[in-house]
Amino acid sequence: MEKMNRQEKKDLVLNYVIKEYIEDEDQEITYDTPLISSGFVDSFSMISLLVFIENKFKIKIPPNEATSDAFDSVNKIIDLVNQFTK
Amino acid sequence: MPNIGSYEEQLKSFNWSLAEKELEYCKEDLINIGWYSSDRICLKGNGSKIALYYEDFAGIEKRFTFNEIRLASNTIGTYLSNLGLKNKDRICLFMDRIPELYFSFLGILKIGAIVQPLFSAFGDESLYVRLEDAQTRAIITQRKQLPNIRKIRDRLPNLEYIIIVDHCLTKELEYKEFAFSFEETPSVEEMVIFPTRAESPSVLHYTSGTTGQPKGVQHVHYSLISQYLTSKWALDLRDDDVYWCTADPGWVTGISYGIIGPWSMGVSICVLNAGFSAQSWYKFIEKYKVTMWYSSPTAIRSLMKTSDHLVKSFNLTSLRHLASVGEPLNPEAVIWSEKIFGIPFHDTFWQTETGSIMITNFRGMKIKPGSMGKPFPGIIGIILDENTFEPVKTSGMIGLIAFKPGWPSMMRAYWNNEEKYREKFVNGWYISGDKAYTDNEGYFWFVGRDDDVINTGGHLISPFEVESALLEHQAVGESAVVAKPDEINMEVVKAFITLKPGYTPGSDLELEIMNFIRKRLSSFAMPQEIEYMDKLPKTRSGKIMRRFLHAKEWGEEIGDISTLENE
Repeated sequence: MEKMNRQEKKDLVLNYVIKEYIEDEDQEITYDTPLISSGFVDSFSMISLLVFIENKFKIKIPPNEATSDAFDSVNKIIDLVNQFTK
Repeated sequence: MPNIGSYEEQLKSFNWSLAEKELEYCKEDLINIGWYSSDRICLKGNGSKIALYYEDFAGIEKRFTFNEIRLASNTIGTYLSNLGLKNKDRICLFMDRIPELYFSFLGILKIGAIVQPLFSAFGDESLYVRLEDAQTRAIITQRKQLPNIRKIRDRLPNLEYIIIVDHCLTKELEYKEFAFSFEETPSVEEMVIFPTRAESPSVLHYTSGTTGQPKGVQHVHYSLISQYLTSKWALDLRDDDVYWCTADPGWVTGISYGIIGPWSMGVSICVLNAGFSAQSWYKFIEKYKVTMWYSSPTAIRSLMKTSDHLVKSFNLTSLRHLASVGEPLNPEAVIWSEKIFGIPFHDTFWQTETGSIMITNFRGMKIKPGSMGKPFPGIIGIILDENTFEPVKTSGMIGLIAFKPGWPSMMRAYWNNEEKYREKFVNGWYISGDKAYTDNEGYFWFVGRDDDVINTGGHLISPFEVESALLEHQAVGESAVVAKPDEINMEVVKAFITLKPGYTPGSDLELEIMNFIRKRLSSFAMPQEIEYMDKLPKTRSGKIMRRFLHAKEWGEEIGDISTLENE
């Protein structure tokens, strides 16, 4: 996979979240919209988002780092991804 | 002083007529939960008291008095009647925990129809199975649910009305769809309440078993008697409480104790329509000065993982009583809550089928951390030998938790499934399906389920339902689903699958299958882990040995493998 810049990563994740988890097509989701604490992505669904992130960016996120807080927005997710990307 | 007073004294002379008297209900009278939860409170002079404090994740706040919920429920009830809906029709509520759900719940009951609450995160297949079984005639929902409903509506000939409470005027309504707005519909001041009686059907909850499809648990208006008194004595609710039940109204807790119990007492409830975050929960308690908090062990364990410093940054001194529901409450959680909040969470035990709390830790009674507590007065709870179904002879013996039938909120039927209903009663006892033992002081101690049902974060999942859905994925050859231990949720779903020829294991396929199940069934039914196998362990007769896989996950003895098919 070609090296992506931060904006490309954010767009990739945002589009995935909207496609997979947002039922209301009128609901606006931004890079900072709370995802978990809002209930858009519940705690059970979070594991599927984690698997997507790990697969897409070819990284492994330790369980103690994959917290609901770390996944609570697209921006936070990308911060986490960058922590584990070589 | 706890509302129950002395538990031992109450046991001596208890009769459910005590609750009937407080509710001013006499046998053979009319009884309607919708009326008791709104109109009666207004007649008692509390019409201007706040019934509902509502807030959502975006910070939108709303408040409604008992008179306002009376009017709103009259309004939707009248609308439903005018559409042609009537007594005993099944009307599904399929919404987030928005105020419209609460008004509609009461309104449906007021016209004598049967409320079918369903969790708003259900996927299309989960929704279809439950609507089809109940032959539901109408569904009250939000526009974001329309894609799922539209996928299945043609397979539901009984479904005539899809009522949308937040319809966007720029969008077209499709056939069977109706837009209803509480804001824009003139309030109905007076409404003739349907003359329901004690045994009139009220609420139809769906619950999962090990095998077969989910079952519709039929409750009646007389359940109010148990729900009212257990709210008063087990949850210790009082007139001046601000009460927060965190359970979703798609589940029995969110109905029995999220609506009926507190509102029949005239107690204010608060509702947070958002996902979980420790910060937002503590902020909510502080803001509304919540006094009584009824939550789940999964949520409590999640809170325990956050720093004590976070809790201390909020003023939670309003809290005077805490209780938990849905799964056994681990001792560490009891000890932690006493340390952090100054009061322990009190574990309560009951089921969809029981309709109200059966075994509980009472305020004022000694709590043994990890214990379920003692039976509610009027409930005869016992441990039965698993083989003979006779009461065990001594304390300490593990057996089946059973109850003497006949308490007010006992389910009256499994919808269209008389056979399954009769199987719940053996030797004159209602068999709960859970196992426990009692100690020499009469406290009950939970041991486990008597079947393969998975309890994940308080949600009961049928392995059969998940396995069947997995088999619908094109790549899956065979499937077996078991519970896997989890620190927060107690158990989560784990799937073992074989693949059809032409498919290779990999994390992309794993994600695809996870999302497939999440959308078909629900997020909590979604396997949190998928393990690929060349073949599943089976008996020589070809039956998948789930217990073999379960034992491996839990590090238990595998037991007798003499029937296991040879390699």
